Amino acid sequence: MHDKTLTELKAGLTAGDFSSRELTEHFLARIQQYDGELNSFITVTADQALAQADAADQAIAAGNQGLLTGLPIAHKDIFCTEGVRTSCGSKMLDTFIAPYPATVVEKMAAEGAVMLGKTNMDEFAMGSSNETSYYGPEKNPGDLERVPGGTSGGAAACLGARLAPGATGTDTGGSIRQPAALNNITGLKPTYGRVSRWGMIAFASSLDQAGPMGQSAEDCALMLQAMAGHDHRDSTSLNETVGDYLGALKEDISSLTIGIPEEFFPDTLDGAIADNSRDAIRELEKRGAKVVSVSLPSIKLSVPAYYVIAPAEASSNLSRFDGVRFGHRCGDPQDLEDLYKRSRSEGFGDEVKRRILVGTYALSAGYYDAYYRRAQQVRRLIRDDFARAFEKVDVLMGPTAPETAFKLGAKKDDPVSMYMADVFTIGVNLAGLPALSMPTGFINGLPTGTQIIGNYFREGQILNVAHKYQQATDWHKQAPVFGGDQ
Amino acid sequence: MSWEVVIGLEIHVQLNTASKLFSGSKLSTGAEPNTQASLVDLGMPGTLPVVNKEAVRKAALFGLAINADICRHSVFERKNYFYPDLPKGYQTTQLAEPIVGAGEVEIQLENGEKKTVRIHHAHLEEDAGKSLHEDFHGMTGIDLNRAGTPLIEVVTEPDMSNAEEAVAFARKLHAIVTSIGICDGDMSQGNMRFDVNVSVRKPGAPLGTRTETKNLNSFRFMEKAIKLEVERQIDVLEDGGKIVQETRLYNGDTHTARSMRSKEDANDYRYFPCPDLLPVAISDADLDALKAAMPELPDTRKARFMADYQLGEYDADLLSGSIATATFFEGAAKAGGDAKLAANWVMGELAAKLNAEEKDISDSPVSAEQLGQLIARLKDGTISSKIAKQVFEACWAGEGDPDAIIDAKGLKQMNDSGELEKIVDDIIANNAPQVEDYRNSDDAKKKKKIGFFVGQAMKATQGKANPQQLNKLLQEKLQ
Amino acid sequence: MAIDSKVVAQVAHLARLKVDEADTTALSNRLNDILAMVDQLQQADVADVPPMAHPLDVTQPLRDDQISEPNVRDKAMDIAPAAEDGCFLVPRVIE
Repeated sequence: MHDKTLTELKAGLTAGDFSSRELTEHFLARIQQYDGELNSFITVTADQALAQADAADQAIAAGNQGLLTGLPIAHKDIFCTEGVRTSCGSKMLDTFIAPYPATVVEKMAAEGAVMLGKTNMDEFAMGSSNETSYYGPEKNPGDLERVPGGTSGGAAACLGARLAPGATGTDTGGSIRQPAALNNITGLKPTYGRVSRWGMIAFASSLDQAGPMGQSAEDCALMLQAMAGHDHRDSTSLNETVGDYLGALKEDISSLTIGIPEEFFPDTLDGAIADNSRDAIRELEKRGAKVVSVSLPSIKLSVPAYYVIAPAEASSNLSRFDGVRFGHRCGDPQDLEDLYKRSRSEGFGDEVKRRILVGTYALSAGYYDAYYRRAQQVRRLIRDDFARAFEKVDVLMGPTAPETAFKLGAKKDDPVSMYMADVFTIGVNLAGLPALSMPTGFINGLPTGTQIIGNYFREGQILNVAHKYQQATDWHKQAPVFGGDQ
Repeated sequence: MSWEVVIGLEIHVQLNTASKLFSGSKLSTGAEPNTQASLVDLGMPGTLPVVNKEAVRKAALFGLAINADICRHSVFERKNYFYPDLPKGYQTTQLAEPIVGAGEVEIQLENGEKKTVRIHHAHLEEDAGKSLHEDFHGMTGIDLNRAGTPLIEVVTEPDMSNAEEAVAFARKLHAIVTSIGICDGDMSQGNMRFDVNVSVRKPGAPLGTRTETKNLNSFRFMEKAIKLEVERQIDVLEDGGKIVQETRLYNGDTHTARSMRSKEDANDYRYFPCPDLLPVAISDADLDALKAAMPELPDTRKARFMADYQLGEYDADLLSGSIATATFFEGAAKAGGDAKLAANWVMGELAAKLNAEEKDISDSPVSAEQLGQLIARLKDGTISSKIAKQVFEACWAGEGDPDAIIDAKGLKQMNDSGELEKIVDDIIANNAPQVEDYRNSDDAKKKKKIGFFVGQAMKATQGKANPQQLNKLLQEKLQ
Repeated sequence: MAIDSKVVAQVAHLARLKVDEADTTALSNRLNDILAMVDQLQQADVADVPPMAHPLDVTQPLRDDQISEPNVRDKAMDIAPAAEDGCFLVPRVIE
């Protein structure tokens, strides 16, 4: 049952092949059995899941099915879930029971989804390996000595290990796409503003975007259909009509033009990584797509621009964690300064503190123009590069990540090298574009992914391109040998 | 050699919207702590702000009222600092692109001259919560009901040169914001709070180091605090000392001020555009609609009072200075049918009484209609001005409308000449020596001495005699 | 623009983070590595390029001035680390 896609499980529920309770119990049992080793969940909400499953079974019996009725999914622990701990992977929020639900959680529940639990993540979504989590590193199901990527590493790993058939993630600089690539699953970062950020604990507000993660592009389309839409509580969520994402999968792609940014295939790139993505592009070419070369000259500055903008916004967003109204508070504070400094220093891990310091520095008097303002200018150059490319092409493609899953601890002492894990994904966040990562083969048994970047609000198109590829190939169907039962 | 004083003001004006600037919480007035603080106001993780349309409209209306440029794409920024009453660790405010640009306000000085105070800009921002120091056994309690309340901060150029000018400006600003209906103007509730920047210098010298005295919430305290600070700075400088740039706190009860040490350590607010909010657009159509709906401004009203009611400039200025006073005056003038009398009563008896009891005109126990009725009775000769004061007192004490009071107390002026004639005859008969004395006096002395008989007659009639009629009768009978 | 221990201390204070003296050297090295990477931004020709705060050129939606939020005090007090009589408690604030 766990090897089926969300779409197949939906059909099974509708046909009465199994109940939502059976399905939910099956996944809960798998989590119980395997997650001790994998550590992909921070919190498992078994009782709540079973209650939701029973309600879903009644809804199905009554012929009252929503988009996701009875389908188990896992939420990244960055989304507020009312009455359930929402830790954001941090000691700071270890005891934080959210007093309200995130819009994403609410919308998916309204469509009948069953929440299995909350997945592990880098602390406050800062990292590229899931090693910054207060709850311990999460492991790659394909190789337990390797990282699953980050920051939605728990989501990607539980999908890879088939502990859940669908999951939500968030992507600020590649946090959906990079772990998707490293765990052989499909993940979509929608256009900035497509999915509401209400109830999603902010890292870098102008870059953060929630999206679906699943076994296939079709599953992602199904979940996005439930997640997307304007939210009056999020000023930056866009009042654009939500597309018919499942319908888009039926469209023809023979007139598609794919752009290959030369910057995504630098000389320094691992040849095997480049080959896997080139093969994937060739596969689409065979199906009628035209391929042209394009250039994004400013993209080389995306990592430095990102590592100013994201920490700057984070330094301000994380100021609310001060030990006063919620979250960790130090014992016996001597005075106000002591309360602030000890609560924050005890509550935040090293990477979070580093980024707060970098961001504070970048915004401080005398450095604002040289760092923050300049990064925002570079951001415009990067967006303009993409805009020029999209005058000529429909989608852009290239590798998602410059390398396969690395060993746990390999980059722990080298933040800059860790930051380079997101070199191909970050530009998309700066520009606010939608992009998807899909499995496109293995190197030494480790999965690689290829990214498809679309123009604003063209989620349907990029899902369709990935879907066409997945109809022709079966890389995405390969689950890692994990737990000895696959 | 004398010192020159340079004063600039920053005024926080609380907008009278129904809900907060960034959330749908009700604006708090004395509610139980934290009962009007929503998830957004509490800074809960994952919450986001959405801008209140009415707050934007009111800020733009203010801009138009002071002839300022309205920014077509104003930007909210974050001012980052830690303080327990600041739940998000930053205040959402405006800096580089405030909604209201440079404007100006004209003030009337006591010597009759006018002065223009330039407004540097005015921006929209959210208020902080409150720290409560009582009842928490040595700890401080945080109440976030006020957090997120919409304010506009009006920043002047340093154009005022004494406390009186600063107060005149503050009063004028109060008149403007209450006239256009964007602020309730209740100073006791902190609806307007003043920060004053003061420096002194020798004429012609560059600007001196300034200090900022924060959170003055009455015109009186503002005036006293400025005078105190000017004296302090001059004393320091004349003793050869230096002025330290600092924030000071004025205590109105003790009339003392001190430096606020806790806020002294050089803050670096790390302003940057708030990534949760987008630029606020204001279109030509929006501005046209605002201009069309602009209520009467104090200056226009003053000109109208001078033209329509033949009031002098000083009187017109006083009466038009607050929307409450202006409305009261116009109500009384209309009901009483005499603007001049209404003006005298509002500025005289009423003002004195309000002042003595520290009441605002909006809380006056005598309504505009009641004062109008009183004026009408005065004008038609039903009562004398002396009796009118008595009626006013009774009305103030809640004894009813003037007409009812006049009836109940039998205060109607005695206009029946037969009755009055009899009283005058009695007085003349009973005061032979005084009559004799009067008749032997010259004209100038007679004018003085008739007062005795008037007094006797008023006593006998309990003040109800019509003074003109009485005078005429006495002059005839004493001939 | 190298970061030394003194700058680390200043920035840490602004951010209300406690940095142990023993860690400041290691931390300033790390931060300098990051800044060295970030300094690539100085190569960019950004003359006349307006800063971009948001990916899309859209303006702020405005909310009608209506009271829509319920009283959440009980929920807030339940998760507050220190509270009394409906207020959050902090060590005494001296103004």
